[in-house]
Amino acid sequence: MAAEKMALAKAINESLRKALETDPKVLIMGEDVGKLGGVFRVTDGLQKDFGEDRVIDTPLAESGIVGTAIGLALRGYRPVVEIQFDGFVFPAYDQIVTQLAKMHARSLGKIKLPVVVRIPYGGGIGAVEHHSESPEALFAHVAGLKVVSPSNASDAYWMMQQAIQSDDPVIFFEPKRRYWDKGEVSTEAIPDPLHGARVVREGTDLTLVAYGPMVKVCLEAAAAAQEEGRSLEVVDLRSMSPIDFDTVQSSVERTRRLVVVHEAPVFLGTGAEIAARITERCFYHLEAPVLRVGGYHAPYPPARLEEEYLPGLDRVLDAVDRSLAY
Amino acid sequence: MTVESTAARKPRRGGGTKRASARKAPARKSGEPELVQLLTPEGERVPHAEYDAYVDGITPEELRGLYRDMVLTRRFDAEATALQRQGELGLWASLLGQEAAQIGSGRATREDDYVFPTYREHGVAWCRGVDPTNLLGMFRGVNNGGWDPNGNNFHLYTIVIGSQTLHATGYAMGVAKDGADSAVIAYFGDGASSQGDVNESFTFAAVYNAPVVFFCQNNQWAISEPTEKQTRVPLYQRAQGFGFPGVRVDGNDVLACLAVTKWALERARRGEGPTLVEAFTYRMGAHTTSDDPSKYRADEERVAWEAKDPILRLRTHLTAAGHADEAFFAELETESEALGRRVREVVRAMPDPDRFAIFENAYADGHALVDEERAQFAAYQASFVDEGEGE
Repeated sequence: MAAEKMALAKAINESLRKALETDPKVLIMGEDVGKLGGVFRVTDGLQKDFGEDRVIDTPLAESGIVGTAIGLALRGYRPVVEIQFDGFVFPAYDQIVTQLAKMHARSLGKIKLPVVVRIPYGGGIGAVEHHSESPEALFAHVAGLKVVSPSNASDAYWMMQQAIQSDDPVIFFEPKRRYWDKGEVSTEAIPDPLHGARVVREGTDLTLVAYGPMVKVCLEAAAAAQEEGRSLEVVDLRSMSPIDFDTVQSSVERTRRLVVVHEAPVFLGTGAEIAARITERCFYHLEAPVLRVGGYHAPYPPARLEEEYLPGLDRVLDAVDRSLAY
Repeated sequence: MTVESTAARKPRRGGGTKRASARKAPARKSGEPELVQLLTPEGERVPHAEYDAYVDGITPEELRGLYRDMVLTRRFDAEATALQRQGELGLWASLLGQEAAQIGSGRATREDDYVFPTYREHGVAWCRGVDPTNLLGMFRGVNNGGWDPNGNNFHLYTIVIGSQTLHATGYAMGVAKDGADSAVIAYFGDGASSQGDVNESFTFAAVYNAPVVFFCQNNQWAISEPTEKQTRVPLYQRAQGFGFPGVRVDGNDVLACLAVTKWALERARRGEGPTLVEAFTYRMGAHTTSDDPSKYRADEERVAWEAKDPILRLRTHLTAAGHADEAFFAELETESEALGRRVREVVRAMPDPDRFAIFENAYADGHALVDEERAQFAAYQASFVDEGEGE
């Protein structure tokens, strides 16, 4: 049986297990990833089955985790490192930006660093400070990195397989509030390309672009809009670097309206880049300016306020209304 | 140019090594730091209970080899400084004064060891067989690293201070996983010792017992900041808190640097984990060609260190011991000038890269945006050609 319904976290776990089984060079590294199986249990059982030599509990030092992963990659390993929470990646930001991203170019192509950096990201779980952020734009802005985020269990499984096989470093953002959402995973399917966007609901009146945790919100918004007689198309972007502008463009050329949705602050975010590119590519197709729905230019708020901060169904539909009003 | 190897490049694997392997790290006394020295500034060979074993069998030819390495490295360095002054290089980071630390430690490495340098390890690069002219590309601005790191197991220069110590540690963790008996050496300076990455690399190396030697060249100055601005304890003593031995060696004594580094590398190979070696030396020149040391340090200090010059003391020793005659020194002088000339010629002939190199190697597996921007750049460039042809 190659198809099974499983939670998104379990799909990543199965994908890591598959990678550990098929490639002896694959390593798992991070804080609490071994015996505990990670604070979200994404690596549950892997150390037990593959040993401490391949599933490595590291000291609590994010720069050290990424820096030593670079060294292991130089030695021929393919490390998959876990940063425990989005807000804890910054000690490693230097290693990621100055070393991981640039070493291939610095070596004129002689060095390849197949390192995957897994980061559970985003809000909606009532966490304390630094546990709910969406820093993907800070990585997508850096040449040399690839940045992806699955929205569902099947993509989580396959995109992790592809990220590990990539010879480029991949920052893999995992939508933590969707870890427990179940979906069908076929381990024998032929996956879509890692960096391709996908139309997940067809529509005619407006295109919603989202990724990671916001895809579900957008699908719910599209269902709600349907009841009001509006047909919304939903594109799951899946990759923030590179971005599959062709798929977005072809959708917008049909619907003529675009709203981009993400949890991250809209200022200089993924939505800003999509708005600029789509405006350049299909200016004459647009009936309305590209609108963005996302976080505010304020620190992520305390948990009791996060529902106000995060884009929900109503804020998405509000933007839809504003776009359609043009 | 062929870099002739001294026998030091392939350490003896016989009795000397075995005998040494039984030795423990020298006991550290509290208080006054102990400085391992085998050759005094006056060129006198002094015995050392712990480290003599690592250089006992050294032949006059090998000693002359170390001398030659240091002289040629200094000549290359001087040429690079001159080329910067002539506008051929954008910048140069001189190793003047640090030849013994680099040649001694570099010659202690085995071919299958792996070296992670900062941006000043020109002498180590020399020992590893990297053509010195390859080091100059990044300082001329034609690339950001012009050699194949795997060609000589000599990683690219790392400019961000201390980052490479983590790469070295990770690499060493991989060496251990592979069950290989090689070792890794990470270079850094007194300034870098304050960096989080260096301290994290000590932690990781200790926890995983990684076969890595941390070779700190304490040249007393981090641009304008003296070592007192980095530490309140002698740097080698930091190792103790991480759980591995630390040793301070006279960084201007090539024999001592060779012996202590061999000891540390052999510990690593035997699975005894990391070692911190602090080579106590002096940056005789400026931090780089952009720096002006007269702003922050007294010339008397430099003059005092001149008396401890690493090349001079070995020359005195070689002469006094009858290991080298005037013909040797004269021949080396000729070789040295030939090296300078070759470096000059190669650098002056070094072409600017093709403009499309901007986009090359940004990614290993390609990237749609890079492809798009390369095409836009090409179209933009082509628009100039068209205008020219139309006139």
